[in-house]
Amino acid sequence: MTDEMSTRKINSFQKQKNKQEMQRMVVSFALMIIFTLIAFALVMLEVPSTYVIPIILLLAFVQVGFQFFYFMHLKDKGHEVPSQIIYGGVFITVMVALTFTVITWW
Amino acid sequence: MGMTSAQKRGFGATLWDWLTTVDHKKIGILYLAGGGFFFLLGGLEAVIIRIQLMSPENNFISAGLYNEMITMHGTTMIFLAAMPILLGLMNFIMPLQIGARDVAFPFLNSLGFWLFLFGGVLLNLSWFTGAPDAGWTNYAPLSIQSPGHGIDFYIMGLQLSGAGTLMGGINFIVTIVLMRAPGMTYMRMPLFTWTTFVASILILFAFPALTVGLFLMMFDRMFGSAFFDAALGGNAVIWQHLFWIFGHPEVYILILPVFGVFSEVFPTFAKKRLFGYTAMVFATFLIAFLGFMVWAHHMFTVGLGPVANSIFAVATMAIAVPTGIKIFNWLFTLWGGSIKINTAMLWSLAFIPSFTIGGMTGVMLASAVADYQYHDSYFVIGHFHYVIVGGTVFGILAGLHYWWPKMFGKYLHEGLGQISFWTFFVGFHLTFFIQHFLGLMGMPRRYWVFLENQGLDTGNLISSIGAFFMSFGVIVFLINIIYTTIKGKKAPRDAWGSGRTLEWTISSPPVHYNFKQLPLVRGLDPLWIEKTEGNEKMTPAEPVDEIHMPNGSILPLIMTIGFTIASYGFIYQTGNKYWLIAVYSGIAIALICMLTRSLKDDHGHHISKEELERVGD
Ligand code: HEM
Ligand SMILES: [Cu+2]
Repeated sequence: MTDEMSTRKINSFQKQKNKQEMQRMVVSFALMIIFTLIAFALVMLEVPSTYVIPIILLLAFVQVGFQFFYFMHLKDKGHEVPSQIIYGGVFITVMVALTFTVITWW
Repeated sequence: MGMTSAQKRGFGATLWDWLTTVDHKKIGILYLAGGGFFFLLGGLEAVIIRIQLMSPENNFISAGLYNEMITMHGTTMIFLAAMPILLGLMNFIMPLQIGARDVAFPFLNSLGFWLFLFGGVLLNLSWFTGAPDAGWTNYAPLSIQSPGHGIDFYIMGLQLSGAGTLMGGINFIVTIVLMRAPGMTYMRMPLFTWTTFVASILILFAFPALTVGLFLMMFDRMFGSAFFDAALGGNAVIWQHLFWIFGHPEVYILILPVFGVFSEVFPTFAKKRLFGYTAMVFATFLIAFLGFMVWAHHMFTVGLGPVANSIFAVATMAIAVPTGIKIFNWLFTLWGGSIKINTAMLWSLAFIPSFTIGGMTGVMLASAVADYQYHDSYFVIGHFHYVIVGGTVFGILAGLHYWWPKMFGKYLHEGLGQISFWTFFVGFHLTFFIQHFLGLMGMPRRYWVFLENQGLDTGNLISSIGAFFMSFGVIVFLINIIYTTIKGKKAPRDAWGSGRTLEWTISSPPVHYNFKQLPLVRGLDPLWIEKTEGNEKMTPAEPVDEIHMPNGSILPLIMTIGFTIASYGFIYQTGNKYWLIAVYSGIAIALICMLTRSLKDDHGHHISKEELERVGD
């Protein structure tokens, strides 16, 4: 009896959490689409490239954050090892890009 | 199971079983067999190279064929022999060591194997029409200008087998993160599992660089782009960067798993716990981390400038530190142990000095200034064969002798094992030690002939004689395998009597679900812990209950055939657009397989409790 009660409680808690999670996903998804639209709009409106390039890079950066933290669950508990591996990947990518910029293209 | 039921089932059914298998143990064996085959092929190419270089101005093979021979030797040995054999050992052993019943993605595992095999076969089919000839590093612009389709085979073949390897790496990572038995915390994992984990992470991060490089190369050669063509504003050095961003981690993908093997063999035969377990794990990570920051040490002579060269030189030398930590930990593991020497142990003991020499010449090469002298000479050939043969190949052979009884239920023959060890060991040093000096005397690598009376004659002859010794050793090993299969002595669960890890707690060879009950792991070296407490067996972590196992599938093989047909089409569509039919139909086959896989539910099968109780353990 009590057992059943507690599982029901857990279930409703879980439901609540899932709902919240879903909301966040939808919001971040919508934001990402808006960001993309902004990026396209800026280019189509022929805003000078001195502004467009940094803005697009910034938007891209935020989008990558959404992607990692919301869609790939980096923020969640119990995902420490996968997160660490992904951070490792990010580190290596950044370093490679940096090296290319410095020693090949500069 | 095993032999008797296979005989009862007949040849067709057995073949079907292997073609559709998703069992990590069978896939492991397939990897070993496929890798072993390519190892023999690459070995044959090596012998041909050494015959050509046996005497000055030799005419055994033509200059063009020589270039094809060295290219295919290097490519085959790295991508199709050493790596797949390691993946085979990982596949078979790692799930057993963590107490799992299979890998996380059995279907993907099988797909990875077939992609590797067909990639390798595709690459080798180039022999009929002209093999790649720009070296295993395939530098642009040489590779861009190479006529014929050789380089195209290189691109497509490596792309296929590389995709397979990437899948294998991801699979192992997920398996280790998610499927460890109850109580198997990270810091209780055996070192071979740790190195499998770290090598898989290296695969995950390093292979994409190769994939990208190969794609750019493919577009340059097939579709008229100019990424590497300086005349059209491209940059050939970018290929070198991409190749080595992959290439240097790759050499650690080759060495880390065998570091794991040695870390299993030494404690078992010294009857001592591995010295400095935590330091070993830490050093593995440090090597992996540093391994990504040193790729430009292959490019010191390109002209990156003194600052870049110095940074990469220092980073490279730093790798010697964690490697040294490992060497000392193995020595301390042996120190004071009650050592039993057999073939597995001989390979492991021989590894220590051989690999250390390779590491030492590595540090010499890491000095950017000195490298202007060593670069592209036989000194480099000496260096990397000391690390790859003295490290990876010795490690593979140690691992095979160590785990053979587990994998096939029979011991490899000791006498034959020792004959093959000694001949190979002596041959190895004969072949490669002298090459350091040939290099210092000015012999460049990848040259078809050398001139008489320049002090290179004797050295090259000795080197070639060494190659024959090694071939003899390999042949004795093959005989050993055949002998063992027919008449080998049967092995019990704990084949060496002093096993420490979980794979020695189950039957040899293991049943297809590995563990009837998942074991409860109470610390590092779980079997050893139970032994010290007088227990014969592991404490189970669960009651005997139904086991859920995945079903076999032919789809991975068909999918791979599709991709292979498409690759063939890509190679030949440059000459004749009708070959695009092959591209489209190949991709269509693969897509249909993917669709089938996605839409058709396959929940696997269950092994009932009654059946499990009937079998005993
Ligand atoms: C202490 C560790 C090591 C150091 C400092 C080191 C350093 C170097 C350097 C500087 C080169 C470039 C030489 C040149 O082209 O002029 C080189 C080449 C090479 N090394 Fe190492 N190395 C180390 C360990 C290893 C290991 C463990 C492996 C493989 C298992 C390996 C495999 C290779 C290969 C295959 C090449 C030649 C690549 C080619 O040009 O075809 N090295 N090493
Ligand atoms: Cu390197």
